Formats: sequence, structure tokens, C-alpha cells
Amino acid sequence: MKFNKLAAIAVAAVTAASPVLADLVFPSLSYRTGPYAANGIPFADGFADYFTLLNERDGGIGGVMTTVIECETGYSTEKGVECYEATKGEGALMYQPLSTGITYQLIPKTAADGIPMLTSGYGRTSAANGDVFSHTFNFPANYWNGASIAVSHILDLNDGNIEDKTIALVYHNSAYGKEPIRTLEALAEKHGFNLTLLPVDAPGQEQKSQWLQIRRERPDYVLMWGWGVMNPVAIQEAANIRYPMENFIGIWWSGSENDVAPSGDGAHGYKALAFHAAGRDFPLFDDLQELVIDAGLAAGDGEHVGTVLYNRGMYGAVMAAEAVKVAQEMHGVAQINASMMRDGLENLVISDEIMAAIGLQGFGPNFEVSCENHGGPGLGRIQQWDASTESWSMITDFIEPDMDIIQPLIDADSAAYAAENGIESQCN
Amino acid sequence: MLYREAGDFKKSYAEDSQTFPLKLDRWGYYVLLAVAFLGVPLVINDYWASAVLIPFLIWTIAALGLNILTGYCGQLSLGSGGFMAVGAYASYKLMTSFPDLNIMIIVLISGAITAAVGVVFGLPSLRIKGFYLAVATLAAQFFLVWLFNKVEWFYNYSASGQISAPKREMFGFEVTGPSATAEAKYLFCLVLVVLLAWVARNLTRGRIGRSWMAIRDMDIAAEIIGVNPLKTKLTAFAISSFFIGVAGALFFAVYLGAVEVGEAFGIQKSFLVLFMIIIGGLGSILGSFIGAAFLVLLPVLLKNIMVGWLGWPIDLAAHIELVSIGFIIMLTLVLEPHGMAQLWRVTKQKLRLWPFPH
Repeated sequence: MKFNKLAAIAVAAVTAASPVLADLVFPSLSYRTGPYAANGIPFADGFADYFTLLNERDGGIGGVMTTVIECETGYSTEKGVECYEATKGEGALMYQPLSTGITYQLIPKTAADGIPMLTSGYGRTSAANGDVFSHTFNFPANYWNGASIAVSHILDLNDGNIEDKTIALVYHNSAYGKEPIRTLEALAEKHGFNLTLLPVDAPGQEQKSQWLQIRRERPDYVLMWGWGVMNPVAIQEAANIRYPMENFIGIWWSGSENDVAPSGDGAHGYKALAFHAAGRDFPLFDDLQELVIDAGLAAGDGEHVGTVLYNRGMYGAVMAAEAVKVAQEMHGVAQINASMMRDGLENLVISDEIMAAIGLQGFGPNFEVSCENHGGPGLGRIQQWDASTESWSMITDFIEPDMDIIQPLIDADSAAYAAENGIESQCN
Repeated sequence: MLYREAGDFKKSYAEDSQTFPLKLDRWGYYVLLAVAFLGVPLVINDYWASAVLIPFLIWTIAALGLNILTGYCGQLSLGSGGFMAVGAYASYKLMTSFPDLNIMIIVLISGAITAAVGVVFGLPSLRIKGFYLAVATLAAQFFLVWLFNKVEWFYNYSASGQISAPKREMFGFEVTGPSATAEAKYLFCLVLVVLLAWVARNLTRGRIGRSWMAIRDMDIAAEIIGVNPLKTKLTAFAISSFFIGVAGALFFAVYLGAVEVGEAFGIQKSFLVLFMIIIGGLGSILGSFIGAAFLVLLPVLLKNIMVGWLGWPIDLAAHIELVSIGFIIMLTLVLEPHGMAQLWRVTKQKLRLWPFPH
């Protein structure tokens, strides 16, 4: 008897869980467990909640419901492969793995399977060259843009002259953390500053020696490329050695509430890059609160809404949904497939009117994607943490990266990839 | 009744010393090989290949390698992850430097390079034993990972330090790269597993294997009866590292396609291989297969049951998966400290006597 009941529940669960093929399917390779869970959870929640909102409010996109299939990777590349293989047959339209390691692995696989991948603000920077990386998109900004924006900000603070200043880079000793080095080296040559590299081994709980070196050498500015537990530890260490927080700038992955909150007042004045806004002062959040969170349909417990990483997950979903609309219009069908989705991403235009229609005016930059440029304009802003109100505030407008430095690097790196893998030009 | 040697006459020394002395065993082995080579490729798909079978085959090679060193020769090693990294980076450098070289040769040369590195890190084993040796091999693990992170030559000066496997073919079929089919990748790994398991089996029951076991059981006594500890320990390190290097090369080139040393070959991989041989059975070829199967397949199975069938939330399933695998490991070790291979041996003994146990 008991067994029958269990079996009935199992059958019900299977029918409820298995996606109907006539949906727009978005796999979410999330990580709600492991050392990076604190960052993975809000991102996955934001991603899922926006699609829930579209289903509840608009009946999907263009009349077709959306489905998010979550698969737990734990930030491990092996589980990432398993999740990719498990979900790609379910009609997956697009991947957003939120891991540079998994991205590197999926770049050739997604191109072979014809499924696009969007890696906003992470992944392989040279994927911005759409001529070589046909199925990978990394708009609106990438690591090299980030490095250049941070240096531009420092230039602004010093009236354009940072000759003989010292900038230290504290970075996660992995593919992710190493990405900006080349750009920073080129920028150091151009602007004449000294660059000190301080790698931190994963996961990053132990940073005493790196911060001792900073304390001894007193670099004028510290940049950070960290993720997971590395961020709060670094900010705490910086506070411990009384490093001036306004000279400490993190990449957008080192600028969430999780990272600064543990240090309390010590983190006051810490700066981070951003390619979208934090907080919930946008009309969209009213709908989200009413139709998703109050209705009990939220992916998480709703406490992360409006935090930096929640908003980033939601922004990823927003761009995916807008690309679906473009694809539906281009091909005249509502039930698009992965290759139409790729066309949609490649012809995506984000303007003030579109963002206003979503209810997110001023949330992110305006940009256009093209066949050659999968990276967008690479605009970013600087946000600063206010420990008394526990909120981020934007202190600059969108800053343009130094494409004179970045574009040759992108061209060289993507040309090397094309030569190694025998890829031919796909635009024209 | 069914499973016994009565009537199974041996007419030559070769027949008497074969690996599977019982006819039933032998036939079982042939059927298994036939299914693996002819049956599985007909039904395999991308998910089964990438999530289940290829990792199982690759980890089996690594477990065989560590079993030679730890299980047969008694030298505890925590450097397996680092040695796998040597195999992976060696294959990457070979693939990119010599684009025309056959992938099978690349994998074997990568194994040979790892063997040389393994011998160097095996030298301390002549002076230190047991846990102290484990610490020395731990140093190898950390040093090698640091080396591949630090020296840009190993990853061809790429911006991020990631290495990606280019396309390589074998008999006209791609076995590495994104468009390699599941069948080709699976068969490529399977051939190497069967070949290496055969080599391991025959090494361990020959002169070399007996000298390993003599050193394992009591090194002073072994030395007195004429076993040279230098040669014996270093051959164990060399052959073990060869296996682990091949596993590392396959792990990178065939299975993942792109790796980053800290994440893919960290200390947790060394422990994973060690757990495989402890759970499967130290000093047993079959144990290496069982241990790899247990630690690779069980998590996938549990995940599919909990998420796919029962529809549980993925984070809950991931936590329960960790708890239940830990529990099963403890249970197995309490009930059968000699590993799962011993369970199979006991079963065979009982089957031979069945149905008259006395």
C-alpha cells in the first residue's frame, strides 16, 4: 500500500518535472552547493524568476511558455559536461553556465551542436570576435573591458596621469583570474604604471601572504579578480591592514553584497565594476514581487531579490527573452529552435525603449550585437559600497573601454584559436 | 552445481596458469568483451558516453595505475592528480607541436613522459615509507599543479592558462575535439582499458609483480631473498605513472576537451583515485574496475533517481548524494574491509561449493 502511494507520487513527479517539448527551454547550469554556492544561488534564482514572471504575466514569450531546466554543477567542469549532455536533447535554446571553466569546455561543443551560449561578463574574452566564435556571445561586457574600465577610472581620479603609480592585481589563480593580465600588461605599457601580480589559489580562504605583501609595498591601487569565498576574505584582509577602500576595485564578480557584508563597516567605500544596476528601484520588480514572489512561485526564498547577483541572473534571462523575440520576428515562428535563437542573439538590439518596455530603464547599457561583434560595446560603471545603508551606489556613468588596446588582443587570441582548430570565417 | 571445475581438465602449463581457469569464467569474460566492443557502440549516445562510460573507463586506468603502486607494491601515493596533469599537459604539447602525430601514439608517449616524472618523484621512496612517503608524493601533487599554472610554455602562452584539445583522428574517425562521435571516443578508451588491464594483470602475476608484492609484504625479507628494492620500487612508480599519465591524457583530450590544471587535477582527484582502489580492493585488477564504477557511476545514478524520477530540488539532491555516498563507503568498509573485489571472491567460493556448503 505504502509502496503504491510512493509510486504514484513518483509518477506524478515525473510527469510534472519532464518538460513539454513545445516549450522554449532554457537550461540553467546552476550551483546551489559547493564552495561557490553563495554566489550561484542568487544568480540561479534571478534567472528562473524572470522566466516564471514571463509565464505568469504574458503567457510566455510570443505565446509560447518557457521552461527552465536546472542542473547542478557545483562549479565542477565534469558535472558541467554531464549537465550539458543531459539537457541538450531537451530542446535547449541557449546555455549560460556562469563558470569560465565550463564555458571553455562548451565553446567547441556548442558550436558543433549548433546551440548558442551567452557568457555575460565572463568566459573567453576573445569570443567577442563573432567571426571565429559563431555560437558564443559575451555581451554586454567582458573581462578585458573590465580591466580597461578599472584603469580608466584610476586615470580619471589622477587627472589622466598614472605614470609610476603601482597597481596590484589580486586574482583567483585559474583561467578566470588570469584573463585580465594580458590587457593590464598592455595598459601598463601604454600608461606607464607598474603592475604587481598576486595570485590566490582556489578557493581563496588563505590570503595572508598576499596581503602582507600589499601592506609592505603599499601599491596605489588594488584590483581584484575573485569569486566565491575569495572575495569576502580579501575585503576583510584589506580592512585588517587598513588599506584605503576607495583604492580597492573589484571586477563585477567581486562586487556583491555577499562579499562586503561580512566585513561590516570595514568595507565602507569599496568599489566594484558593474555592467547593470543593483537594487530594486525599477518598475519590473513590482510585477516580480506581485506575480512571482508573493504568489509563492519564486525559485528561492525571495530574500535575494534586488541583490547584485540576483539582478545579474535576471539580466541574463532578460537578454535571452529579448533575443527570443528578435528570433521570433525574424523567422515568423513562435516556437523557435536553437539555430533561430542564435540569429536572434546576433541581431539583438537593446535600446532605451526596449528596456523601458521591460520596466528596466537605465538598468544596463544600450548595445547592438552583430556578426563580427559578439561582445557589445563593453561599457561598465563603477559602484561603491555604503556600509551604513548597506547598498551600492553608482559613482560614475558608463565608461568606455580602451578598444585600441583590447581589439588587437582579441584579434590575436581568436586568430590563434581559429588556427588551432581550423575554423573558417563565418561572417560573409 | 553450475560453477565448478569438475570436468575442466588442464592439459598444459599454459592452460593451468591462465587468468580465468574456469570455463564459465572464461566464457563470461568473452561475452563481456563482445558486449563492450560490439553491443555497447550500437546503443551508446552522447549522454551515456560523456557522463557515464568514458569517465568510468578513464578512471579505471587511473585506478589500475595506483593499484600497481599502492595495492601491489605497498607505496602509498597522493600524487595521482599531479601525474594525471603531467599526462594531460604532455599530450597537449605533443598535439599542438606535432599535428600529424597519431593520437594513439600521443597518448602512449604522454604515458611514457609521466613514467619518467613518476620515477623522479619515486626516488624518495627508497628512504622513506608509509605516511612519510604519502607526504612526499603530496609535495609532487602540489608542485606539479603549481608548475603547470606558473610556466606559460605548458599552455602555449594562452591568455587564461586553459588548454583545449584540437581535433585528432584515428582510422579516419575523430576521437578528440567537439565533433567526435560518442562511439569513436568510447571505443578508443575501451581499447586502451582492455590493453592496459591485460598488461597489468600479466605484470602482476609474473616476476615483476611478485617482486612488488614481496616488497609490499616485508621489504627487509624481500631484500634478503634477492629482490632489489631500488629497481622494484622504481619500476612500480614508472609503470603506475605510465597508467596514470595515459588516464590524464585521455581525461583531457577525449573526455573534457578543455582543462585547467587546478580545477581538473587538484588534490581531490588524488583522493578520488585512492578511494577507488580502497573501496574496490587493494591489489586486485577487478577491484580497480569496481572502485571506478562505484565512485563514477553511483553519483550519476543517485542524481538521476532523485532529480529525474522523484523530481526533488537539485540542491537537496546534491547534498543527499554526498551524504549517501559517504554512508555507503563506510558501510562497505565496515562490512568488507578488503574492498568489493573480496566480496566477489567470497561469492565465487560459495558458488563453487553450492549447494553443498560442507
